[in-house]
Amino acid sequence: MKHQGRIAPPGKNGREMKTAETLKIVIVGHVDHGKSTLIGRLFHDTGMIPETRVAEIAGTCERQGRPFEYAYLMDALEEERDQNVTIDTAQTFFKTDKRTYVIIDAPGHKEFLKNMITGAASADAAILLLDGVEGVQEQTRRHAYLLSLLGIRQVVVAINKLDMVDYDRQVFQRTENDIRAFLHTLDITPASVVPISAREGDNIASPGDRMIWYGGPTILQALDNFANVRAETGLPFRFPVQDVYKWDNERIYAGRVETGQVKVGDPVTFLPSGRQTEVKSIRLWPNEDLAQARAGECVGFTFADELFAERGEVLARSDDLPTTVGEIKASLFWLARNSFVKGKNYRLKLATAEVDATCVAIEERLDSSTL
Amino acid sequence: MSDHLDRLEAESIYILREAYNRFPNLAMLYSIGKDSTVMIHLARKAFFGKLPFPLVHIDTTYKYPEMIAFRDRMTKEWGAELVVGRNEEAIAAGMGPDQGRLLCCAKLKTEGLTQMIDAKGYQGLLLGIRRDEEGSRAKERVFSPRGQQSEWSYKDQPPELWDQFNTNYPEGTHVRVHPILGWTELNIWEYLAREKVEICPLYFARDGKRFRSLGCAPCTGTIDSTAATVDEIIEELKVIRAPERAGRAQDQENAYAMQKLRAKGYM
Ligand SMILES: Nc1nc2c(ncn2[C@@H]2O[C@H](COP(=O)(O)OP(=O)(O)O)[C@@H](O)[C@H]2O)c(=O)[nH]1
Repeated sequence: MKHQGRIAPPGKNGREMKTAETLKIVIVGHVDHGKSTLIGRLFHDTGMIPETRVAEIAGTCERQGRPFEYAYLMDALEEERDQNVTIDTAQTFFKTDKRTYVIIDAPGHKEFLKNMITGAASADAAILLLDGVEGVQEQTRRHAYLLSLLGIRQVVVAINKLDMVDYDRQVFQRTENDIRAFLHTLDITPASVVPISAREGDNIASPGDRMIWYGGPTILQALDNFANVRAETGLPFRFPVQDVYKWDNERIYAGRVETGQVKVGDPVTFLPSGRQTEVKSIRLWPNEDLAQARAGECVGFTFADELFAERGEVLARSDDLPTTVGEIKASLFWLARNSFVKGKNYRLKLATAEVDATCVAIEERLDSSTL
Repeated sequence: MSDHLDRLEAESIYILREAYNRFPNLAMLYSIGKDSTVMIHLARKAFFGKLPFPLVHIDTTYKYPEMIAFRDRMTKEWGAELVVGRNEEAIAAGMGPDQGRLLCCAKLKTEGLTQMIDAKGYQGLLLGIRRDEEGSRAKERVFSPRGQQSEWSYKDQPPELWDQFNTNYPEGTHVRVHPILGWTELNIWEYLAREKVEICPLYFARDGKRFRSLGCAPCTGTIDSTAATVDEIIEELKVIRAPERAGRAQDQENAYAMQKLRAKGYM
């Protein structure tokens, strides 16, 4: 890609600021393989579903003349329930003794791929779910590919609906081999592959006694085994300017420290303009001014010199500057209905910068539906 | 940055600053409740003590007097510009919950709000809704575009990746921005405690009852509770199993009441 403005890479995106004892898990997989049911089960087995919510769902199911649907917990929209399909991503919460989880339900249907990506983009880890009988399907492959593209490396595979084959170990092993082989091509090694029945509750919160041949963790144990996403330390200081407030006769540069840290008095440089100055103060209302700012913090800076830097520039310490470039090589996942065209002008957003960009060459192409 | 509340706070501040940068004509909806109170505190942090946009309150005339008194006292303390909107026509015609709760919500709240948006030409509106409140809110985007009539196309929402919020919309669209979408009810109270933020007194138990969610007097019920401080409320929430909005009658009208209200522009 070639672009007219010059931009500085601001370190990676916001991922590495995630540090908490809350973990965001996205559940992906082919449509109808049981994602919503698994989520309902997780909530039920951890005691997170209010009685009134159960009553509401039971009432709806009764009016529709069908057995209790755990899926309705996430599929809250009328259209989703009537057509029995997840349309958009939803987020809910549950707790184990170890930590709080945000569960992101991502639609499996091809038509709603943009919603699946919206959900998955914010996840720290994933459960890839597949129907043990149907095995690896088109959306199983596509979703796994998207996980690798989004950089989600902590993955548990759940092989579902084993109640339908009397918990047959061979059915499980066949699907397990297939999915492991496919994930291998994407450089994903699953933390575990768990045989389950989401509907009956086997190997979700407790192992039960119908799959004694399996010695691995339940889904909940597998989740608790995931590592917290910690801030990477030792990275250089990068602060993309989000806005400049010209109030009370001073300029406050507002934004979030993406990586590294900086102290009052440090010599700093704005890129790509190259303007140099020194950090005068670090603001964090209503507290006293800070002595230093660290990755993940939303702060405001004032500087020793009168500057005219703007949103989109990246602030770095003068002794550890990023390289500025006019051309980058990138993997694009193209979602739009119209094709991506070489030579056409596009708007490229990177952190808070927006520049015009033109594609000079497409080196490799992959259709995610033919994986 | 090791604490979950720090992470939520930083996320919200980032969103607030993004909205302020992107929409020259921005306002914040102030419902007087705990969620808007947290949102205002976050905005004051984001803008170094200032509130650089007006607070909009949609007055249904059915709010508790304690709520209005709290609103007037706090907005003065914050130095905020308060804009009060009322659907005068519907109020004059005697609209009330006796004519149907959902109709009343649609007239006094949704229409009151859309009239205000039209009159002031707001392009961006900050709202303190949360995903854990109920099912249709769980599906929301942080930047949620609305059509000419404020309608929400929940079946065709734009993608939203990382912190890149979509800001290119067709003419006539206004955008609902949700800075605290990822907070839970418990997070709200833990944050109020940590930051020592003052909250409307109706939340605290008196004579064995308190409000868990605040709304219009005829449609908002109390819960049995002895929690008379923020810390006691936090302890109570850790064991309570009933949903937060159980006391809000409009949610209970029928199975998809909230989805239908919200598709037409309700908060
Ligand atoms: N027999 C059986 N059926 C299941 C199981 N899990 C889900 N289902 C059914 O499979 C269908 C699709 O499930 P759903 O959770 O909606 O799938 P989603 O599209 O992946 O969210 C529903 O009718 C479920 O009741 C299971 O473990 N065993």
